[in-house]
Amino acid sequence: MQIDLLPRERSTATLNLLILLGSLLAGLLAISVVFALNGVNPALAIFSIFKGSFGSWYGIKETITKAIPLILIGSGLALAYKAKFWNIGAESQLLVGAIFSTWVGLNWGPHLPAIVLVPLMFLAAFIGGALWGMVPAVLKIRFGINEVISTLMLNYIAAEFVKFLVVGPWKGASKGGYPYTDDLPAAAILNQFPYSRISPVLLILAVTGALILGWLVYRSRFGYEIRVIGENTYAAKYSGINFFRTLVVLMAISGGMAGLAGAGELMSIHHYLSYPDSLSAGYGFTAIIVAWLARLNPAYTIVSGLFFAGIVVGGDAIQISMGMPAATVDIFNGMILVFLIMGDFFISHRVRIRLGRTVDA
Amino acid sequence: MLDIIVSVLTRTIVAGTPLLLATLGEIVAERAGILNLGIEGLMSTGAVTAFIVTFATGNPWLGMLAAILMGTLLSSLHGFVCISLRANQVVSGLALTMLGLGISGLWGKPYIGRPLPERMGRLNIPGLSDLPVVGKILFNHDWYVYLAIVIGIAIWFLVKHTSMGITLRSVGENPKAAESQGIAVIRVKYLAVMTGGGLAGMAGAFLSTAYSGSWNEGITAGRGWIVVALTIFALWRPGGAFLGAYLFGGIFVLQFMLQPLGVSPNLLAMLPYLSTLLVLLIYGLSKSGQRRMSAPATLGEPYVRGGR
Amino acid sequence: MNRILCLEMRGISKSFVDVKANRDINLTISSGEILGLLGENGAGKTTLMNILYGLYRPDDGEILVNGEVVKLRNPKDSMRVGIGMIHQHFMLVEKHTVLENIALGYDEAPFFFPQRTLRKRIWELSAQYGLDVDPDKPIWELSAGEQQRVEIIKALSRKADLLIMDEPTSVLTPQETEELFDILRKMSSGGHSVILISHKLEEILNICNRVMVLRKGLLTGEARIEEVDKGKLAVMMIGRQIAAAYPKADINPGDVVLEVTGLDVDSDRGLPAVRHLSLQVHRHEILGIAGVSGNGQQELVETITGLRQPLSGSILMKGVPLDHADARKAHTLGITHVPEERIKYGIVPNLLLYENSVLKRHRDAPFSSWIQMNYGAIKDHAGKLVDSFQVDTPSINVRVKNLSGGNIQKLILGREISGGPELLVAAHPTYGLDVGATEYIRKQIIELRDSGGAVLLISEDLDELFMVCDRIAVMFEGRFMGQVTPESCTVEEIGLMMTGSTIQEE
Repeated sequence: MQIDLLPRERSTATLNLLILLGSLLAGLLAISVVFALNGVNPALAIFSIFKGSFGSWYGIKETITKAIPLILIGSGLALAYKAKFWNIGAESQLLVGAIFSTWVGLNWGPHLPAIVLVPLMFLAAFIGGALWGMVPAVLKIRFGINEVISTLMLNYIAAEFVKFLVVGPWKGASKGGYPYTDDLPAAAILNQFPYSRISPVLLILAVTGALILGWLVYRSRFGYEIRVIGENTYAAKYSGINFFRTLVVLMAISGGMAGLAGAGELMSIHHYLSYPDSLSAGYGFTAIIVAWLARLNPAYTIVSGLFFAGIVVGGDAIQISMGMPAATVDIFNGMILVFLIMGDFFISHRVRIRLGRTVDA
Repeated sequence: MLDIIVSVLTRTIVAGTPLLLATLGEIVAERAGILNLGIEGLMSTGAVTAFIVTFATGNPWLGMLAAILMGTLLSSLHGFVCISLRANQVVSGLALTMLGLGISGLWGKPYIGRPLPERMGRLNIPGLSDLPVVGKILFNHDWYVYLAIVIGIAIWFLVKHTSMGITLRSVGENPKAAESQGIAVIRVKYLAVMTGGGLAGMAGAFLSTAYSGSWNEGITAGRGWIVVALTIFALWRPGGAFLGAYLFGGIFVLQFMLQPLGVSPNLLAMLPYLSTLLVLLIYGLSKSGQRRMSAPATLGEPYVRGGR
Repeated sequence: MNRILCLEMRGISKSFVDVKANRDINLTISSGEILGLLGENGAGKTTLMNILYGLYRPDDGEILVNGEVVKLRNPKDSMRVGIGMIHQHFMLVEKHTVLENIALGYDEAPFFFPQRTLRKRIWELSAQYGLDVDPDKPIWELSAGEQQRVEIIKALSRKADLLIMDEPTSVLTPQETEELFDILRKMSSGGHSVILISHKLEEILNICNRVMVLRKGLLTGEARIEEVDKGKLAVMMIGRQIAAAYPKADINPGDVVLEVTGLDVDSDRGLPAVRHLSLQVHRHEILGIAGVSGNGQQELVETITGLRQPLSGSILMKGVPLDHADARKAHTLGITHVPEERIKYGIVPNLLLYENSVLKRHRDAPFSSWIQMNYGAIKDHAGKLVDSFQVDTPSINVRVKNLSGGNIQKLILGREISGGPELLVAAHPTYGLDVGATEYIRKQIIELRDSGGAVLLISEDLDELFMVCDRIAVMFEGRFMGQVTPESCTVEEIGLMMTGSTIQEE
C-alpha cells in the first residue's frame, strides 16, 4: 500500500466547509480523549460547556459580552494575516488602547458630556492601538525585524507598563491599596442592556467593525493590495504596490481594532484600569484562533468569535459545576487550533491511497 | 553588603537555569529551521509531569526523565503539523502553548498546594562547596544547575565542532543543499524539534521539582516567551544562551531585590524584552548587521522535499 | 584509480506533464573527455543531466558505467558510482565556511572537528588542480568564481570522476572563465571526464573535445570539435530553416515612444549588467532583443519597467523621464510588462482569475474608484479577456494556479495588451508554451504593433525574433553588438553576434 499526498487542483466552498467541520469534530474528539484519560466523562464535559454558554439566557448574554472583544480583535487580526503579517501582539495593542482611553477619561472626562467623551475615548484607544501596532510594521520594513518577535516583545513591554502605571503614577487615590486607577467618570461608562453586561454601543461597534473590515478585505482597493502582498510579494512589487504604506496602514487598523476592544472592556465592564490579566483574559491570543476559524475573513469572526466566547463562558461554568481547572479552556482552544491548521493541509492537498505493492520504476 | 551580592549572584544562577535549558533547546530547533513558540506550554507540561511522577515515586530523577519524555512527545506534534503537514509554524506554536497550559492545568489540579516529598538534591563538591563566596555562588546548587551547564557546553560543542552540527545548521540554512548531499532533511528537523521539546520539558521539571517544590497553574510565569526572546538575543548561539539566560535571570532576581529601594519592578521586568528589541534594532541598522543578526535562513518556512 | 572509464546513456526519454523533455537520447563519454552539451533554453539539456545525477528517473532507457547497467535513484547513488554535478545555482550554505560546506554530508569527514581533518584534503586538491580558495572564509564573502571552485572541490573530494557542470560560466567574469577552463583541462588530463552544459558556442569550441546538440528534446547533432565551427553549431542549435515571417501591416514606424540613452545598470550581485546602452522604440514597431540569457536583458527589462534602479543614463517615455525604480509610474506612463518569470511575478496564483485580470491595473478606472474596487467592471473585463485571448478556463472564478502555463501566459498578455499600451515590454513571452499558444501570442503582439503600439520583445528564440520583429538588436555582455532587420540577415550572423563578435556595418 502506498499513500500519496498530491496537491489539490480545485477546491469548492462545500469541500472547504466540510473540511472545516471535520477539523472541528476531530478536535472535539481529541479533546474527549484527553478528558477521558483524565477520568472526566468527555460527553458530559463538552455538553456542559455548551450548556453553560448557549444553554441559558444568562449564558448567551455572557457569551455575547465576551464575543465582543474577540470579534473586534479577531477581525483586525484576520486583516493583518491576509497580508501574512503575523501580528501576535493584539494583547498589548488592546492594553495600549486601554491606557490611552483611560488617560482621556480621567483627564478630560469630568468636563465633557458623554456624547463627546465616549467617542473621544474610543478614538484615543484606536490611536493608541494603532500606534503600538505600527511599531512592528516599521521595524519589519525598515530594519528587517521579524514581526512575530517584535509583537511578542511589545506584548510584555506593554503589560509591564500597565502594571507600572496602576501600582505607580496612576494608582487611584480612592482605591486603597489595590492596583487600580480611579474610576472613570460616569459619562465614560457605557450603558448595558438590562440584566446583562452587553453594551449596545460595543455590540454595534464590533459587528459593524467586522463587516467593514470584511468589506475592506474583499471589496476595497486596499484589501486587494494586501491580498496581493500576502499571496505573492513579487507580484506586489511587479504591480507597483507600496509595501511600506500598505503594511503600516494595515497594522494601524489591526492594532486600532484591538485598542477599541481595550476601551470597550474598560468602559463597559471594568470602569478602571487594572492589572493586564484582569483587563483582557488573553483575548489577544484567543482572537488568533477566532481569526483562523473565520478563515481570515473578518466578517466571519462574528460567528467564530461567538463560538470561542461560548467556550470561554462554558469553561468558566464547568470550573464550578465539574471542578475543572481554569486551563480547560486552553485545551479546547489549543486542540481546535491544531486541528484547524491540520485541516488546512487537506484543503490544499488530497490523499491518494493505492492498494497493492508498488512497482519501483 | 557582600552577603547581598552573594545572594543575588547565587539566585541569578538558579533563576537562569530554566531559561538556559529551554533556550538551548529552542536554539537547536530554530537552527534546523523550525520556530517553536510553544515553549511556555512545553515547560508547563514538563513541570506538571515531573511533579506528578516525583510525587508518586519519590524520585525526582524519574520526574525529570518523564518531563523530558513528555516535552519530546508534545513537540513531535508541532513537528508533525509543521514539518509533515507544512502548516504555519507561528500558529502551530501558539496552539501548542495553549494545549500545554491546558493539559498541565488539568493534570495538576489535584496537586495544587501539595508539597513535594522529595526535591532534586544538591550536588556538594567536597572542597569547592566550602570555599568562601565562590563556593556559595557556584558550587552549592542542585543537580539541574550543573546539568544545564554541561548540556550547554555539549550543545555548543556539537553545533560548532562536529559534522552533526554542520548538518543541523545546514538544514536550517539551505535544506536543498543538504538534501543534495544526501542528508535526510525531514528527519533532522524532527529530531531537532523533539530535542528542543525535551529540553523545555526539563526546564519545566526544574521549576516544579527543584526550584519551588510545588505545582501551581502559571508556574512558568512567561518564562517560555522569554526563551523565545532569548534565542534571538543569543543570536542562535549556545554561548549567547549562557550570557542571556544568566543576564535575564539576574534581572528576575533584581526585580525583587531593588523594589524596597524604590525601583519599579515592572520597569525592570521590561528590560529583557526591551534589550532583545534593542539588540535586533542595533543589528538591523546596517546591512552587514542584518546579515550577522539574520536568523537561520529558512526559519519558519515549510520544506517541500525535492521541490523545484 | 578511475572508476568511470566509460559512461553510456541509452535511449533516454523523459516527459513532464505537458512537455517531452528528452526523446530517445544516446550519450557516451569516456575518461579524459570534455563533452559539450549544447542547446537553447528548454532544449532538454538540464533534464538529461538531472537524470544522470539521479534527481529524475527516466521514463525509458538505461545508464551504463563501464558496460554495466546502474540504477541511479538519487544523488547518493550517482555520487557512489563517481558522478558529481554542479548546478547552475550553487548548492552552498551561504553563511557557512568553505570547510563546513565541504564537510556537509561527507561520509569521510570525522564526527569531531571535521573541519580540521578536511583542511589538509582541500589543500591537496587545491594544489593539484589550481583550485585556489580560502577554506575558512564564509561563502557569502566569495566571488561567484570562488564559489564554483568550492563546488568543484566538493565534487572532487567525494571522488567524482565525471563532473557535470550546468552553465558554469553564466555567473563568471571572462577572467574567471579562463581560470575555470584551466582547471577543467587539468582535470581532464588527470583522467576525469566533464560534461559541460552550455548555450555559448565560443566556450564549447574553446574547451570541449566533442559536442552534442539538443533541440526540443531531440539529439540533433554530434561531432568532434575539429569538425565544426560556430556557423555549423549555430545551425545545429537553432534549426536549419527559419520560418516565414508573420504577415504584418505595411506601416512605417511612427514617433519615438521609448528612448533610452547611455543606460548603466548593475545586477543583484553588483556587477555591471547593462553598459552604456541606448535604444529607441517607435510606434508601429517591434524591436527584438536577441542574445543568450544572462547578458543583461533581464536587468534592462526591469529598469525600463520601473523595477530596478539604474546607475546612470536616461529613460524617456514619450518625453517623460523615468529616473528611478517606480513600477507604478512606468505603468501610468503606458508601459506594460509581460515578465520573464511569469508565475513568480505576473500572477497571484491563489487569487481568482478575475482578480488577476487587473493586477497592476487595479487602480485604474473603471476597475476601482477612490477606495473601492469595482468588481462588476472587473468581471466584465475578465470575461472579455478570456474570450478574446482564448484563455481555456472553466470560469473566471477559478484560482489562477489551476490554469496551464499557456493559459496563464495568454491571460497575462491579454491583461497587458488590452489596455492599449503605448509600449509593451515582453520578455520570453512564448518560452515553454505549446505551438498553438505560441502562435497565438505572436499574432497578438503583431496586432498590437499594427494598431499603433510599440513593442520591446526579448527572446532567445531566434525563430520568433525573425518572424515577429521589425528590427533586431543583439545583446552581449550588456551592450548591443549590432542591429539588423530580419530581411537582411542570416542566423549565422546573429549567432556570431550573440557570442560577442561585432558585425561590420553595411
